[in-house]
Amino acid sequence: MTQTSVPAYTAFKTARPDQWVKSVTGDWEIIVGMEVHAQVSAKSKLFSGASAAYGGDPNSHVAMVDAGMPGMLPVINKFVVEQAVKTGLGLGAKINLWSRFDRKNYFYPDLPQGYQISQYLYPIIGEGSLEVASEDGSMIMVGIERIHLEQDAGKSIHDLDPNSTYVDLNRSGCALMEIVSKPDIRSADEAANYFKNLRALVRYLETCDGNMDEGSMRADVNVSVRRPGGELGTRCEIKNVNSTKFVGMAVNYEARRQIEILEDGGTIDQETRLFDVKTGQTRTMRSKEDAHDYRYFPDPDLLPLILDEAWVENIRANLPELPAAMKARFQSQYGLSAYDADVLVADKEFAAFYEEVAKGRDAKIANSWMTVELFGWLNKNGKELSQSPIGAAALGGLVGLITDGTINGKIAKDVFAKMIETGDEAAVIVEREGLKQTTDTGAIEASIDALMATNPEKVAEAREKPKMLGWWVGQVMKATGGKANPAIVNEILKGKLGID
Amino acid sequence: MSVDDATVRKIARLARIEIHEDKVTKMANELNGILNWIEMLNEVDVNGVEPMASAVAIALPMRDDAVTDGNIQSSILKNAPKADSGFFVVPKSVE
Amino acid sequence: MTKLTELNLHQALSGLAAGDFTSTELTQSYLNSIEAQNASLNAYLVVTGDKALEMARASDARRAVGNAGALEGIPLGIKDLFCTKGVRTTAASKILGEFAPEYESSVTTNLWRDGAVMLGKLNLDEFAMGSSNETSAFGNVTNPWKRKGSNVALTPGGSSGGSAAAVAAHMCLGATATDTGGSIRQPAAFTGTVGIKPTYGRCSRYGIVAFASSLDQAGPIARNVKDSAIMLQSMMGHDAKDSTSLNVAVPDLVAAMAKGVKGMKIGIPKEYRVDGMPEEIENLWQQGIAWLKDAGAEIVDISLPHTKYALPAYYIVAPAEASSNLARYDGMRFGARVEGVDLTDTYEKSRATGFGEEVKRRILIGTYVLSAGYYDAYYLRAQKVRARILEDFTNAWTKCDAILTPTAPSAAFGLGEKSDDPIKMYLNDVFTVTANLAGLPAISIPAALDVDGLPLGLQIIGKALDEETVYSVASVMEQAANFSARP
Repeated sequence: MTQTSVPAYTAFKTARPDQWVKSVTGDWEIIVGMEVHAQVSAKSKLFSGASAAYGGDPNSHVAMVDAGMPGMLPVINKFVVEQAVKTGLGLGAKINLWSRFDRKNYFYPDLPQGYQISQYLYPIIGEGSLEVASEDGSMIMVGIERIHLEQDAGKSIHDLDPNSTYVDLNRSGCALMEIVSKPDIRSADEAANYFKNLRALVRYLETCDGNMDEGSMRADVNVSVRRPGGELGTRCEIKNVNSTKFVGMAVNYEARRQIEILEDGGTIDQETRLFDVKTGQTRTMRSKEDAHDYRYFPDPDLLPLILDEAWVENIRANLPELPAAMKARFQSQYGLSAYDADVLVADKEFAAFYEEVAKGRDAKIANSWMTVELFGWLNKNGKELSQSPIGAAALGGLVGLITDGTINGKIAKDVFAKMIETGDEAAVIVEREGLKQTTDTGAIEASIDALMATNPEKVAEAREKPKMLGWWVGQVMKATGGKANPAIVNEILKGKLGID
Repeated sequence: MSVDDATVRKIARLARIEIHEDKVTKMANELNGILNWIEMLNEVDVNGVEPMASAVAIALPMRDDAVTDGNIQSSILKNAPKADSGFFVVPKSVE
Repeated sequence: MTKLTELNLHQALSGLAAGDFTSTELTQSYLNSIEAQNASLNAYLVVTGDKALEMARASDARRAVGNAGALEGIPLGIKDLFCTKGVRTTAASKILGEFAPEYESSVTTNLWRDGAVMLGKLNLDEFAMGSSNETSAFGNVTNPWKRKGSNVALTPGGSSGGSAAAVAAHMCLGATATDTGGSIRQPAAFTGTVGIKPTYGRCSRYGIVAFASSLDQAGPIARNVKDSAIMLQSMMGHDAKDSTSLNVAVPDLVAAMAKGVKGMKIGIPKEYRVDGMPEEIENLWQQGIAWLKDAGAEIVDISLPHTKYALPAYYIVAPAEASSNLARYDGMRFGARVEGVDLTDTYEKSRATGFGEEVKRRILIGTYVLSAGYYDAYYLRAQKVRARILEDFTNAWTKCDAILTPTAPSAAFGLGEKSDDPIKMYLNDVFTVTANLAGLPAISIPAALDVDGLPLGLQIIGKALDEETVYSVASVMEQAANFSARP
């Protein structure tokens, strides 16, 4: 993926003035870096053959390895390695043919081995980048620092018993990709868009399902503030933010909180905070009583992960089309604006739906029917595209009828409503209800003549005020039951009324 | 590098091993005895030497992605000091 | 008929094959032998008598239908570091409580596949950390050997002290053991038995309680070289469940024994001498050299210059790995829990109560050398020294095919003699630990008795994956030494 039109990553670049947070004491800029944990879409775990599926009875998706039983040993899942490479390639990142697993040592009941197997010093994926829209519509490049593979922990449940914690190890050992950005993000919108685009990317690649309700993707957001171009501030890490919207909210809240403290003469404590979705605020996690000292060292149960270059190249050769490339193609192939293309490629499912709707039809009409009419209806009814009562082929049918002049836009809206109501195809509805557009100039002329005869004063008015044409078109459409082709009506009217 | 009492307390906490206060100094002395002996490694010229993490010089073998394990809840919980309703039960730990 | 426990492993296999006796009879005689001696030796922590007889009967049934494996009907003892399904496994530590694994180690699975019978679980140093078996939470093992005219109880060595004592006292036909710094070879030397640590990666570590993963390797302790070869051949083999297991063919070790040493070059490393080493050990070493020369080998002087740094490097690497490997013993999912006032207190009390002093000492050393600010100075440096030690051997292999050394710097010592001085105790492994750091196969065979009538061992170190040469040399030495003394 080569991006030449946008500025490359520069260390701690200054935010654009329009991104500055204005305050009584002057301006501030926000510096954000993110660590996104994406669960690899694999059947089994990173180091065991237990199911990685979401849910299940407690401790049912658990092998002895995942429970940290004595003498149990990890064996790596090749598919997971492949997905990490794929994701790296999708981010245009360096693929490290030699990487290593280290142990991160700490005690917690949902960490059965007493250490997490992760890649600390030598991650599988090195530097890359992701293009992200800024709030002014321009595109910025967010640098990717690294991606490493690691084990997820189990789940501690604190509310089943007043005196005890219950531990379910079903998540224990599931494969995570930790995607670490550089601190290149300068606003809440950019942060949200970064998360959104990253999610879109992994979904295109099918390396992660991006299902945020199931915790498949979650972000740790590092936020600090500084005077524009000034000394870097102390950062706080907001843990486990699990939606695009919340990422934006968390950055905004946290930046404002830090600015307030600094303006009151206070200092920022480097700490880990939680985002409370109910209040939209961040709050400090009760700090663990000890300073961390994870005592990383190479996991002696595993050997270096060595990738074959040809294997990597084969993965590269089979990569699907990615959002950035698809966006460019949508602009050139379909003549869509950057904005429209961006909306469509934001989700793999949208893009595929659109391409089916637009196939052999007017691409712009297809876009507006999908993003305005269909998305509008879905939004109003709280449904996802996957739950749409009108499929891509059916919507394509409707767009086809508009494109070839069978019906006009106004009639199409009625047809659209009836499609939702009945589930019938557009052509069937048009046929059944006789909604075909009249292009018969004779019939249109006859109805215009009749109207001119009954409204002579309006004829005179129109000749003086050409704006009256709209009234005339409306009358003709009304007289023809909305079926007349508006372009033809316009043309004939102009001639008969003598308007240029 | 010498281990003092505070360091013993710190590493004992990291290792989650309780050490009674009256044993701390004794442990510090024992550890220092061993660490002083280990200091002899400083005599070795290790310039340009790659650290050796394993005696096996092959690449990590990989397995196919298939569900071949799990669904053994009762075996997983069999040796648990405390279990209830399919969960391990541990002392209250709220972050 | 001679007493069945007098037959060694390969003789017993012949007897079983000839129908002279059944595995049930053989197994019963070993259970009787254990019954008679275990109270004084404390070699077995658990005797699985019913299971043993059940396995023996099943073995007899298999043999009856002509379906006999390589170890068909042979009663063995299992070091209690190997997980055995449904049988309490302790690692000689209190922290495992009543833990009975729901799975079986790969090495023992291989033995049962080949028809062997389990007599019980053998005592060891706690988590295999020790050289005298005195760190066991269940009491020390006593060496069946005594000094001439003395009743002083001696150590069988460690950590596989139970395995070595049980083999020496004929309480089993052979035993599994593990070796992280010398834990098979030193006890074998102390008890007049044969112990081999194969090349790292030959035996699967799956299901063996881990001490130091990059060094741990399983192997047998047996009464003679041939028994050792038969057992090891069964224990070895690639295992997809252990990522460090080597996917290579298992050699025919019994066949290798017949190859002789004619024309072979045997390296004698000048650094394998320590202060205070008894002259008899030096003399025995010279005797070993003479035996190999007589058998047609060429003796070459070699240098392994980093030998003296092996132990200190080991005492960084092994505790570091152990501090992490033993984090899972926390009283949360298995083993003993001591409830405290909160989570941290429960962790600390469970681990303080469950681990013995030597294990705690090593966990703390390991935690320290990995902690922030010390990693480079200790752990990373130790790994570089480890590379130097491997390099020493790599250079040596340009000059020789195998290396002959003493196994340990002394004969078996009295219980309690060294337990107050960790470093003195650690020095037991000075000649054995290099093979662990370099991952090489090494065997200890009994070569002579010292002035007190105690056995002394000689060690043969081979190239990686060249167990065949190790057994060729060992066999020649065994014949020359003609060691037949009994405790």
